[in-house]
Amino acid sequence: MSQPIIEFKNVQKKFGDTTIFDGFNFRVEENEIVSIIGPSGSGKSTLLRILMTLEGIDGGYINVGGESLWHMLWNGAYVPASNKHLHKMRDQLGMVFQHFNLFPHMTVKRNITEAPMRVKGLSRQEAEKSAEELLELVGLSDKADSYPNDLSGGQKQRVGIARALAMRPSILLLDEITSALDPELVDEVLDVIRNLAKEQSFTMLLVTHEMYFAREISDRVCFFDNGNIVEEGKPEAIFTDPKETRTKAFLNAYLGQ
Amino acid sequence: MELGEIVSVLLQGAVVTIQIVAMALPLAALMAFVFGLIRLYAPAPFKQLAIVYIEFFRGTSALIQLYWIYFVLPFFGVSIDALTAGVLALGLNIGAYGTEVVRGAIQAVPKGQYEASVALNFSASQRLVYIILPQALVNMIPPFGNLSIELVKATSLVSLITIADLTFKAKSLADMTLQVGEIFGVVLVLYFAIAQCLSLFFRYLEKRLSRGLGRGGVN
Amino acid sequence: MIELTWDWAFVWQVLPMILSAAKVTLLATLLGSLLAVTVGLIFALLRRGPSKLIRIVVYWLMEFIRSTPLLIQIFFLYYVMPEFGISMSPLVTGVIALGVHYGAYLSEVFRSGIEGVDKGQWEASRALNLTTLDTYKDIILPQAIRPMIPATGNYIIAMFKETPQLSAITLLEMLQVAKIIGSENFRYLEPFTLVGVLYLCFSLLAAYSIHHIERRFPKEGFNLR
Repeated sequence: MSQPIIEFKNVQKKFGDTTIFDGFNFRVEENEIVSIIGPSGSGKSTLLRILMTLEGIDGGYINVGGESLWHMLWNGAYVPASNKHLHKMRDQLGMVFQHFNLFPHMTVKRNITEAPMRVKGLSRQEAEKSAEELLELVGLSDKADSYPNDLSGGQKQRVGIARALAMRPSILLLDEITSALDPELVDEVLDVIRNLAKEQSFTMLLVTHEMYFAREISDRVCFFDNGNIVEEGKPEAIFTDPKETRTKAFLNAYLGQ
Repeated sequence: MELGEIVSVLLQGAVVTIQIVAMALPLAALMAFVFGLIRLYAPAPFKQLAIVYIEFFRGTSALIQLYWIYFVLPFFGVSIDALTAGVLALGLNIGAYGTEVVRGAIQAVPKGQYEASVALNFSASQRLVYIILPQALVNMIPPFGNLSIELVKATSLVSLITIADLTFKAKSLADMTLQVGEIFGVVLVLYFAIAQCLSLFFRYLEKRLSRGLGRGGVN
Repeated sequence: MIELTWDWAFVWQVLPMILSAAKVTLLATLLGSLLAVTVGLIFALLRRGPSKLIRIVVYWLMEFIRSTPLLIQIFFLYYVMPEFGISMSPLVTGVIALGVHYGAYLSEVFRSGIEGVDKGQWEASRALNLTTLDTYKDIILPQAIRPMIPATGNYIIAMFKETPQLSAITLLEMLQVAKIIGSENFRYLEPFTLVGVLYLCFSLLAAYSIHHIERRFPKEGFNLR
């Protein structure tokens, strides 16, 4: 078996008295597209937030690209990661947020070029060229000089995707990216992800409530409940022939079957 | 005394008042930013130092601070003239209130902004300078506007350590001419005018700055 | 230069004088806050009243009082009022100045507190045919009080910290007494520091009590009797 690009080993995570993960194990192969579905509060988003280093862990190990995310080797022993180590690790990761989190004081173009210029040291020319390509990809070339608050929710989220892609991550984390959108705006965002998925050139981990979409684009679907993967497998298998009662109950409630 | 003469004497005092505001306001802003940021981000001992400064200057009154600086410091061999004492006391006092404005405005920036800037791998100082502060600044303008008016009002205290500001001129004119009604009436109007000008300026500033936020505040 | 060290003997000698002046400071604050609450409430209600003219006049009056120095207002009352035949003692002058000045601030607090009460409460009261006065007294104010406590408390503390300005019209409050002691003994360090420490203690104590009162206060409001 090849080296997984993401691996959780016996991960522990608590918020105060609430245990989210207790000995959680999980792996994702390179260029795999994995959808995570499940009831709210089951730890789906926490999984992505831990990978993005927005939340720490209380025990266990996580490897990303063969290197430990929250620990680093120091004099032969594993110690908690320094800011420098986290900075290096984050280079492989990109994230798109449920509530977009665009920078309201910057134009769309600036939202996309700011990090490549400041963090990666790209020249303005390089960064803007890449931003133009990305805006074309998400179909917003005409909005480069608009401010986020002048865009619709769907447009905002497409900028959010372009902004994450501008950092050339090898792993893209999508955290309920259509949950805050009006129903009629969902498809324009999902279309962008569909096109990305076709390229098969990076790993995608998505938390979603769009069941049909998950079924369509994923290589693997994981059903999450209470901080554990209750069932996982090919989308066909999960959606047409779930084995676990909890999965069945959830899908029935969701799809109304 | 003619009303015209009274006004012209009082205007000289108003110039001094405006000068004191012009010197104390930058000092207050500096203190507010430095200690506001220390209070939020610095390691424990510095944070405690900031808290002592803030609590001390907010917990006692401006006039006591002014007297302490003017009357007590010379005994320690720090000779300080009235104007410096006035600017120092007012700047430090208003600055202490300003730290809370800076802190509150930074904390009011939505958490998602911080998260997005982590996800884009900005360093801690880049996050503050390019993402958080530009947005917090807009939130700071209205409360800073109010504080600047508090500063204008507080400058009247320097008359009590013999600085010839608007209040001092008014008091000495009143003692001399006994035309108290006209004098204090004009003085009230002059202070009101200064305060309104500042308030207009800050409202203009707020408009200018929030235009950069895409006309609609923070999403 | 005088070698300056902290002199405890001097502290014990002047402390009783300063403490007895603290009574004047506290009295002025207490009376001032009572007046401020009354003035604030009246102005808040006037600003919600039916007459547009009164609303505008009250707004600008509040704005004027809040953006001119308390010290000038104190002088105005103390020196100009006698021209109209109204002579007041320094204490009465001080209480009125503090009360009106902070009443202007409190009117804003009260107004937003009253506006913070759910609109449905007004509609329900109309439906029950309560008079406007009864609606304010029995329905709106009891619910508006709790959210107003922190801001009101902070303004009263702020008022307390401005009482030293009454020394300018010779009221023998703490700072004035400290200044007199200082000039008589050529030692300002201990008296001024003592006054500062006392103010700090009183303010912290008051801030703590306000927090306590707010927590003890029923969330649903209570009946005004």
